[in-house]
Amino acid sequence: MQKLMFAVDRLSTFMGKAFAWSIVILTFGITWEVFSRYVMNTPHDWALNLQIMLYGTLFMMAGAYTLAKNNHVRGDVLYGFFEPRTQAWLDLILYFVFFLPGIVALTWAGWTYSLEALAIREKTFSATPLPLYPFKFIIPLSGALLLLQGVVEIARCIICIQTGEWPSRGEDVVEVDVEKLKAMVHVKDEDIIALDKYVAVPKEPK
Amino acid sequence: MKIRKELWFGFILMALILLGIAIVLLRAETITTGHYGLLMLALIVVAIMLGFPTAFTLMGMGMIFTWIAYERDTTKTLDLMVQAAFKVMGNDVLISIPLFVFMGYLVERANLIEKLFRSLHLAMARVPGSLAVATLFTCAVFATATGIVGAVVTLMGLLALPQMLKSGYDIKLSAGVITAGGCLGILIPPSVMLIVYGATAGVSVVQLYAGAFFPGIMLAGMYILYVIVLASIRPDLAPPLSAELRKVNLPALTQRVSDLLSNRALPGLVSALKGPANLQVPTGYLLRQLAVTLLPALIFALVAFGSYRLATNPDEMQAVSQTAGSAVAEPPGTVKEAARPSGGLAEPPGSGGLKEPPGAGTGLAEPPGASGGLKEPPGADSGVKEPPGASGGVKEPPGASGGVKEPPGAGQAAAPAAPRTAAGAGYWIGLAVGALALVGFYAMLSFQRLEIFKMLLTSFFPLVVMILAVLGSIVMGLATPTEAAAVGAFGGLILAAAYKQLTMAVVSESVYLTAKTSAMVCWLFVGSAIFSAAFALLGGQDLVEKWVLSMNLSKTEFLLLSQVIIFILGWPLEWTEIIVIFMPIFIPLLDKFGVDPLFFGLLVALNLQTAFLSPPVAMAAFYLKGVSPPHVTLNQIFAGMMPFMGIQVLAIFVLYMWPQIGLWLPHLLYK
Repeated sequence: MQKLMFAVDRLSTFMGKAFAWSIVILTFGITWEVFSRYVMNTPHDWALNLQIMLYGTLFMMAGAYTLAKNNHVRGDVLYGFFEPRTQAWLDLILYFVFFLPGIVALTWAGWTYSLEALAIREKTFSATPLPLYPFKFIIPLSGALLLLQGVVEIARCIICIQTGEWPSRGEDVVEVDVEKLKAMVHVKDEDIIALDKYVAVPKEPK
Repeated sequence: MKIRKELWFGFILMALILLGIAIVLLRAETITTGHYGLLMLALIVVAIMLGFPTAFTLMGMGMIFTWIAYERDTTKTLDLMVQAAFKVMGNDVLISIPLFVFMGYLVERANLIEKLFRSLHLAMARVPGSLAVATLFTCAVFATATGIVGAVVTLMGLLALPQMLKSGYDIKLSAGVITAGGCLGILIPPSVMLIVYGATAGVSVVQLYAGAFFPGIMLAGMYILYVIVLASIRPDLAPPLSAELRKVNLPALTQRVSDLLSNRALPGLVSALKGPANLQVPTGYLLRQLAVTLLPALIFALVAFGSYRLATNPDEMQAVSQTAGSAVAEPPGTVKEAARPSGGLAEPPGSGGLKEPPGAGTGLAEPPGASGGLKEPPGADSGVKEPPGASGGVKEPPGASGGVKEPPGAGQAAAPAAPRTAAGAGYWIGLAVGALALVGFYAMLSFQRLEIFKMLLTSFFPLVVMILAVLGSIVMGLATPTEAAAVGAFGGLILAAAYKQLTMAVVSESVYLTAKTSAMVCWLFVGSAIFSAAFALLGGQDLVEKWVLSMNLSKTEFLLLSQVIIFILGWPLEWTEIIVIFMPIFIPLLDKFGVDPLFFGLLVALNLQTAFLSPPVAMAAFYLKGVSPPHVTLNQIFAGMMPFMGIQVLAIFVLYMWPQIGLWLPHLLYK
């Protein structure tokens, strides 16, 4: 069970990370396009469409990855103060009420939508048309990944309800990695604790 | 089960919302679908507060209500869902979000904050509350470039907090400065919040950036002013720096020149060069120092020359101001671009590095600066004041909007700016003032200040130039936000490379974080697109409109009411949620009251800024707590944030009273 869960985690993470690199392509691509338009005076009419497709693919495919790392934004007023068990119960119920219907519908609808696009070999409206249907297949693909990841998350909720604590997730980069930031600016824990003498001692009146 | 007091707060809020919607529904004579819309709105707030990932809450609930609105027609519901998702995937505004986020992560990892903070606090050593002011300054610049609140607050908590505590600063003041400063990046463009608002409200992001620029600077200026005034009145809260902290160590070779000849950088270096070679200082070294020393003069000459060409060639000038709106790059335009920010390059060290006004000679250059001491802050501010000149090009606004006494920098900003309006005399006066300032700068430039200037040159100016280049190209219409964001991200890569931080690990971390952050924001948009579609289908919008119009509000009352609602929503919800869920409801109402959506956006952006500093969910406080010594309590941090939250509310009123602060630049450029 645990093994299977990690396998799905790894799949989502791998897909998310693989497509994440399109940001680098985007950066260089657009920079090149800017250069080519303003300096060399040769704009490309398909560039914008391609950029948008890259961006759309990037964030859609990262959806499951983000879910696997629990990075989707949550309303934090109450949630953080609940016991893990309460959190798991709430999540479990809402996965069935909101997540599953929503994502199943999106995946299904996305599948028929992109099949239609494939049938007519849909292209973009521009001087140099690009095929549009592969881009549309991103919807069912990312939906299916999310669905798979969602099932794993549901399993996590059940484990948490049984054991009373959240099962571990794979390590990943975090936005604010305090340890790393400390190393970056050469601050050690001892230094911070040593500062306490300026805080704890009440200032004597002069 | 014992319920903690934090939970009570949330539960009471939930109960109030449910009670409110129950009353509305029970009082209605007939339940229309519009009432379902309102019910949905109330339920979504409650559901979000339960803590399930918001994107999926919105999607699920939107789907259920869409299905009801379509009278249980499954096919139509599915169509609507997939189209909503596809619309977000093809959104040409949101595409700049991952790029700006990527740029932010790269700049953060370039690791120049340490140097930035050190050089700024040395440069401002004489300003009352110098460490706090330097903290705010660092935050404003760094947060603007990165836009990541958590990282900026954590880093400043690690760098600035120890220094401030050691220097005997008040804990609350220190905490407040760091948290408030760290949140500035949300407002000052290029910020993701403004893109999200622009995409939701259908307002041009370019105009939003132009509009948010001065309010952002104004807020930063108000923070700095508050700290300076507080430090002057109550020196016990923010004592002056000790001599040890203020000392600048000279490199050995420079020290030799300084000891043997003169501590004035320019005469010292020149006489060392032509004098007998018994100083044992390599000529190459001296020349390098001299080159750095002469940089401001060189840039001043460039600015003077560039603006002279503009001043004497009215046709070209006209062409520039007209084509600025379109996407044509005129050569003089680029000259201006390059020249203006450099006006800023020349100035700050001159006034910022000022230790004691050595002579009245400088008094000429900086009229308010004659009395020294307290007057220096405006000088220090000139770094901030410059940008107006950089993007705007007229000399009035910096003084008018900043709320800071006339910055000496304005003198030099005026040099390139004045000719645009009055060519002849104005230009020469500006030039004379600038030249005097330059002479004053060299008169004061000691070797210590030269070292500070060099530090600024490698930490402060690259960031400022990068921000201004990104913003300038957007605001002047040279590039779309997407293009500027991509070039900015490219600049981030170069910056990281220049600071020798560009490793595979850094890039891949930034890439993965970018993917997660963009997925978070954009999936929220997918959810909210479905949700707002359901709300519109149910006719909730009409009901809200009818209800608001029936209250017969005046424009002011409406603005006040909407801002209060947004302010209150800022407690339980995140800014992303507020914008994507509630802006679609407010925006159609604006037209009825004759409110400019652009102006409304600026008010909202300022307003949501307060949400970051309001307990109990102010995340900035928790980040700071994570890196502060154990005895600093959360309550102390919250207490420290309060005055700054007050300033934010004040800033909203100031912006409301003088909308021109925000609207002047967009109107000048685009109307």
